[in-house]
Amino acid sequence: MPSIRRLKQRRSVSQTVQYALFAFVALLIAWSANWKVLASQFVRLDVAAQLFPGLLTIALKNTVIYTLSGFLLGLVLGLVIALMRLSRVLPYRWIAGIYIEFFRGLPALLIFMFVGVGIPLAFPGTELPGGTYGKVALGLGLVSAAYMAETIRAGIQAVPKGQMEAARSLGFSHGRAMLSIILPQAFRIIIPPLTNELVLLFKDSSLVLFLGVTLEERELTKFGRDLASQTANTTPIFVAGLCYLVVTIPLGYVVRRLEARANASQGRS
Amino acid sequence: MSAVEIRGVNKSFGALHVLKGIDLSIDSGEVVCVIGPSGSGKSTLLRCVNLLEEPESGQIFVHGVEITHPDVDIDAQRRKIGMVFQQFNLFPHLTVTENLTLPQRRVLGRAPPEASRVAAENLERVGLAQKANAYPAQLSGGQQQRVAIARALAMNPELMLFDEPTSALDPELVGDVLAVMRMLARDGMTMMVVTHEMSFAREVADRVVFMDGGVIVEQGPGAQVIGNPTHERTRAFLSRVLDPAAVSL
Repeated sequence: MPSIRRLKQRRSVSQTVQYALFAFVALLIAWSANWKVLASQFVRLDVAAQLFPGLLTIALKNTVIYTLSGFLLGLVLGLVIALMRLSRVLPYRWIAGIYIEFFRGLPALLIFMFVGVGIPLAFPGTELPGGTYGKVALGLGLVSAAYMAETIRAGIQAVPKGQMEAARSLGFSHGRAMLSIILPQAFRIIIPPLTNELVLLFKDSSLVLFLGVTLEERELTKFGRDLASQTANTTPIFVAGLCYLVVTIPLGYVVRRLEARANASQGRS
Repeated sequence: MSAVEIRGVNKSFGALHVLKGIDLSIDSGEVVCVIGPSGSGKSTLLRCVNLLEEPESGQIFVHGVEITHPDVDIDAQRRKIGMVFQQFNLFPHLTVTENLTLPQRRVLGRAPPEASRVAAENLERVGLAQKANAYPAQLSGGQQQRVAIARALAMNPELMLFDEPTSALDPELVGDVLAVMRMLARDGMTMMVVTHEMSFAREVADRVVFMDGGVIVEQGPGAQVIGNPTHERTRAFLSRVLDPAAVSL
């Protein structure tokens, strides 16, 4: 018994030392930082006031539009690629595999540059529908499709094999069974990772910066940067950052709730 | 014409030769129980009859149509062959009624009111009309299996295949499922049943088929194959699955 008490004592001593160390480092950083300059550069309320209403009516609105259009295109394309990856036809599997490796292996920024520069060069005279919006949807969609294809494939494979067998034995064709029996179950399974992908896209929509957008097409990051140089103050960037967090933190919370619910229902059945 | 005609069927999984030239025919309205040790190939044989497993050689005819022919529309043939699985395989995202109506509508093209009526009739038949709006996860294993039987029956099959329908059930739930299967047999359904329920096989089956090592060792009336087997392998198997008290019944 005394040995256990000594162990506990030793643990509490080492914890105290850790806390003291953390507190010391935090205080050192806080003390050595120049708070006055920081505050005048990042949290100037008069500068923040100049951001409205454009911050909401242009920047946040465009960020949401870019994210959702990229997500929808990525979802449709990702579903097609996932089904190709699971196909019995070997060339389909190859194409899907190459697509996934290619677009997951490249920085999203490069793909955006390719969409912005490469496509007009490759197909002279053609305009993507929706102008900048079309380009952004394509750029974000191409990247997210690769990640979503793998998520969707995992979801389809998580549906027990007996479900397909039961559907086939009732006379469903493979495609019909996939559509009305397997995919509805697969999507229920992958709602949390898909929501996560939505959060990632929300942040990646800042890559629009590199496409060259008009004033009305700016999203949060570009908007913040532009106003920072106009006002010669970095408060707009700080506020734009807050805007991202206002969306991503609640979405992250939703993902954790959905995951917890999925785990609970799995445990029940 | 036989309901099922199996001729010289061979099937391997990799190096494992599971079915070694099986011949078997089942008449319309006949109830055939297939028994045998695990790994004997009995489930594989059953799954060949609706082509969930494709034989490497041999032919299978169901109601005169060769389902092993490369040009056959297998989806059209499977509509007439009901299948009940060991693990029930109900669709968990659909209610009991939707489990019965969705296949009717999507596969047979029945109008929703007719599909609902047929679903209600068949749930009544298996004694689960009161569970129409429940989800599969809310039912006991025995209830789920009876819903699975009703789902197959709602397609008006001419032949029913049962793949160890009671093996995943708690012992006290087996009786209800067997009662539904008895009722089907009495109503004249053609049935091929892979089972470990010896008393059911003996009592309900018109014919019992004993398989071991990928071949049919012996077959005949239940009283003969189970009550008085002629082959040593059959006797050895039965002595393992039946306790002495059950044999004397």
